[in-house]
Amino acid sequence: MNTNRVAVVEKILTANDQVALHNRTLLDEHSILSINIMASPGAGKTSFILETIKFLALDLRIGVVEGDTAPVTIDADKIIAAGMPAVQINTGGDCHLDAMMLQAGLKQLPLDQIDILIVENVGNLVCPAAFNLGTHLNLLIASVPEGDDKPYKYPAIYRGLEVLIINKTDLLPYIRFNMDFFRQGVEMLNPGVATFPVSCVTGEGLPAWTNWLRSRSAVLKK
Amino acid sequence: MHELSVSESILDIASRHAVQAGASRVTDVHLVIGRLSSFVDDSIQFYWDFLSENTICAGAVLHFERVPARLLCLNCQHEYTLDAQLEPCPACHSPQIKVLTGEEFRVDSIEIQKEGPTA
Repeated sequence: MNTNRVAVVEKILTANDQVALHNRTLLDEHSILSINIMASPGAGKTSFILETIKFLALDLRIGVVEGDTAPVTIDADKIIAAGMPAVQINTGGDCHLDAMMLQAGLKQLPLDQIDILIVENVGNLVCPAAFNLGTHLNLLIASVPEGDDKPYKYPAIYRGLEVLIINKTDLLPYIRFNMDFFRQGVEMLNPGVATFPVSCVTGEGLPAWTNWLRSRSAVLKK
Repeated sequence: MHELSVSESILDIASRHAVQAGASRVTDVHLVIGRLSSFVDDSIQFYWDFLSENTICAGAVLHFERVPARLLCLNCQHEYTLDAQLEPCPACHSPQIKVLTGEEFRVDSIEIQKEGPTA
């Protein structure tokens, strides 16, 4: 019996990354700007999506893929009630969406009738960071009540972002949240990342965010 | 946690390379995991043992090479290693830093056994 060592040097999630690439190609073919929304549970993902739809619904069509660990359709029902196509993906207990799950979700959406795709990932700051979905933008919603130390505690998720939303800014007067300390952590991990402080209660910051998104969508359609 | 899907991916990669190399079994799998990359702890061996049963990788031992997070300060060029939580440059306190290492997440190599040549 011979024993020898074989060099492999392959990224562990390479299979996921390949499917992510397929997803991106499909989305590009349909000129759909796609956003992977990540956050901890309770950061306000669904409210933020509903507010975003309100601002864009006049001239843009938005499709939503909802990821959840359990077979509940509460979030998808809210999106459908807002007049937009939505599919719910039950991850079967998994703590994140992966590229294969998004691929399955895309098959259920009318891609020819969508301008912007929003993917609501499972509420979690650890696992979703590792799984590339193939979307154009990775977006994290950090909410004020979670505290200002999250970039320091969950660096991986902040590394891969294109957009950072700071939600629930209406609570800033009531909560000890050092914005400078928070932003310093973000700056270390992801300098210059597009950042939008918003409140889904007062509407503050939502016009700036949706105008930015609208212009990104227009660029993709050219 | 996502140890299960990570274990599945490692099994796919190790099995594919083992078959390509003409192995009869895999005895060891060497992983390189950076401190800043996705969290994977030693409990992954548990999932691995379960998943690899009745495969070419059955009984293989996972080895973890943990790569420390090395940061370079872009302001004063000081290089430092993170021991605990993320922190600005300890020399000049600048947050302008570059991550040098710590984001690795790969299967580096496998150790395999081949049946000896039959006469």
